Amino acid sequence: MSPRPLATRRLILQGAATVALLGLGNLPFAPAHAAANDKYPEEAFKLKNEADAIKALYGRAPEASDKVKLDAPEIAENGGVVPISVTTTLDKVTSISFFVAENPSALAASYRIADGTLPSIANRLKMAKTTNVTAIVEADGKLYSATKEVKVTVGGCGG
Amino acid sequence: MAIRRRDFLRNAGIAAAALSLPRRARSAEAASIYDLERFGNARILHTTDTHAQLNPVFVREPGVNIGIGEMAGRPPHLVGRAFLERFGIRADSADAYAFTCFEFEKSAARFGKLGGFAHLKTLVDRLRGDSGDGHSLLVDGGDLWQGTGLANVMQGRDMVEVANLLGIEAMTGHWEFTYGEQVLRDNLERFKGEFLAQNVFLTEEAAFNDARAFDSATGRVFKPSVIKELGGYRVAIVGQAFPYVPIAHPKRFTPDWSFGIREEELQKHVDSLRGTDKVDAVILLSHNGMDVDLKLASRVTGIDVILGGHTHDAIPQPVAVKNAGGTTLVTNAGSNGKFLGVLDLALDKGKVSDVRYRLLPVYSELLKPDPAMAELIGRVRAPHVTDWSEKIATPDRLLYRRDNFAGPVDELICTALRAELDAEIALSPGFRWGVTALSGQPLTMEDLLAETAITYPETYVQEMTGAEIKNVLEDVCDNLFNADPYYQQGGDMVRAGGLGYTCTPDAAIGSRISDVRLSGGKALSANHRYKVAGWASVNGRQGAPVWDVVAKYLRSGRLFQERLGSGVTLKGVDGNPGIAGQG
Repeated sequence: MSPRPLATRRLILQGAATVALLGLGNLPFAPAHAAANDKYPEEAFKLKNEADAIKALYGRAPEASDKVKLDAPEIAENGGVVPISVTTTLDKVTSISFFVAENPSALAASYRIADGTLPSIANRLKMAKTTNVTAIVEADGKLYSATKEVKVTVGGCGG
Repeated sequence: MAIRRRDFLRNAGIAAAALSLPRRARSAEAASIYDLERFGNARILHTTDTHAQLNPVFVREPGVNIGIGEMAGRPPHLVGRAFLERFGIRADSADAYAFTCFEFEKSAARFGKLGGFAHLKTLVDRLRGDSGDGHSLLVDGGDLWQGTGLANVMQGRDMVEVANLLGIEAMTGHWEFTYGEQVLRDNLERFKGEFLAQNVFLTEEAAFNDARAFDSATGRVFKPSVIKELGGYRVAIVGQAFPYVPIAHPKRFTPDWSFGIREEELQKHVDSLRGTDKVDAVILLSHNGMDVDLKLASRVTGIDVILGGHTHDAIPQPVAVKNAGGTTLVTNAGSNGKFLGVLDLALDKGKVSDVRYRLLPVYSELLKPDPAMAELIGRVRAPHVTDWSEKIATPDRLLYRRDNFAGPVDELICTALRAELDAEIALSPGFRWGVTALSGQPLTMEDLLAETAITYPETYVQEMTGAEIKNVLEDVCDNLFNADPYYQQGGDMVRAGGLGYTCTPDAAIGSRISDVRLSGGKALSANHRYKVAGWASVNGRQGAPVWDVVAKYLRSGRLFQERLGSGVTLKGVDGNPGIAGQG
């Protein structure tokens, strides 16, 4: 067997190590710069509307920024597991959150980024239908966002 | 034949696409339309979307191919007269017949069939001979292995043999994937050229399980590109497979692979070809579809020419698209073997200094079939020809596919499905492949298979609510008319039998379809459940293959008892030159 597949595994494991899902356990968080995210945001996860969820989580609205790089497919191959990732060149990132506008609850995931951790999150979201996906990066106490439409189609009918 | 030759003599005239020169009004003689002026130092020949049509065919180009928003009135969204005017083609010429639907039936009798691999072989060899040894390359954009009953039962093996004899050196794919990984790989073992796809990656699960890949570090399943030496220069051909294979087709055929446009990966790869491999030219062999290629050309830098396919657009001249790095030319080379793209390049160190492009119609009557290819075609067809030669009907009208919303072939399929499966409504996919049958000519099983031969032909009947039916119409309509081409999958609107509706192409998803009604005129009710028949479902189905269902219906002699008519009313596209007779 060639050694390459091992490298692939390593890459995936490394990638996984940078991801810590908030709410999975009592991770030792450093005190937050912003008001949000110092405890499990139960309320925000329950809200249906995206703007309401953002407000509940962060207390204010983000500004769009090209420093937030949101990678998502134009058309999902499987709406049940849509691969969506975010990287950013912003400094002092403390959290990254994902919102799916027309899911039953808009807030899909929120990650706390510990000091010294690469601000890079890859996750797979379940999407009910075609809608916008928004990623919010909290950096140095400010909020930045990127949005992309992801189409969830019934499929078929290719030329 | 003599009369036909005279017609060509008088009327043939390939629309010349000399980008660096003003367009000349040509009146080439029949014998010389394939005598191309020498130009440059490298020639790339391009076939695409031949859909395994081994013998010459009639194929009517679309009468409705609407572009909305930025795409309105721009190639490829021009049909009929608007197309002729845009490209300077005379209305009574052979080219008008080859490139448009204009007076199709009249011209079909004058100019005959196009394509056929034996004829194509003669033309390819001639054009490669003209450019000299080591100066030419033949590439295929995919949809080579599917489209006929023969290709379907042979799972594309027939076409691999044909491709080898034709001399295809690189290809990418779309329907090739619908035979599944094992068949695809077996066929590629026999294929003498390279199968290229920069945009097919292992899924994370497959990568974790060490599934086979060309490059396990990146997860690329296939080789992304090949560098060919042409006339002393290095030309990179990058493959771009159809980005939406697991969405447009059942996912079970490609469970380990993830597709997509993969713009960023493409840019990285092109940069590395330029920076590390120091190639002199980069060509993208694409199955994106023309609208997607036009957008991609505006965003990805470093590509000289995109040789495009998928949307079956026969575009005589490249579209020049500006981007941050320069200009990229975008072409699309039609379908069914009707055309051969000829890209002549003047190569310099590290750049393409000039380009000439022609999309040559393959007029079967002007080309002597290559004997070796004719023999091969005869041999692969022999075991099945007798079985499929039975006449099953004689249509009393022209049968064609294409047009955005409806066509007689699909209306016939929907009529047959409704009658045989006792359903109120029938849905048939908006495939663009399939050939044209002339009125009054016998229709055989082989002809019927050329409209239906796929690896998931099972028919079904199911109950759907009116709301679900409208949702399907909206969903597919967005694949055609989304303002952003990256959200379009190509293909045409799902064909609806027993159902009429109004469509507003430039509205948003959810608001394009209105006034949906049953064939009796009664409005579709959102909550009522209807019996719906169909085929080519992306979900597994168990019913009889669609060709057997349609053949059974045709053998009963019923053919067209219903009045034909698309039942689709268009709104908001008055004057759009993507509709014949408008613009």
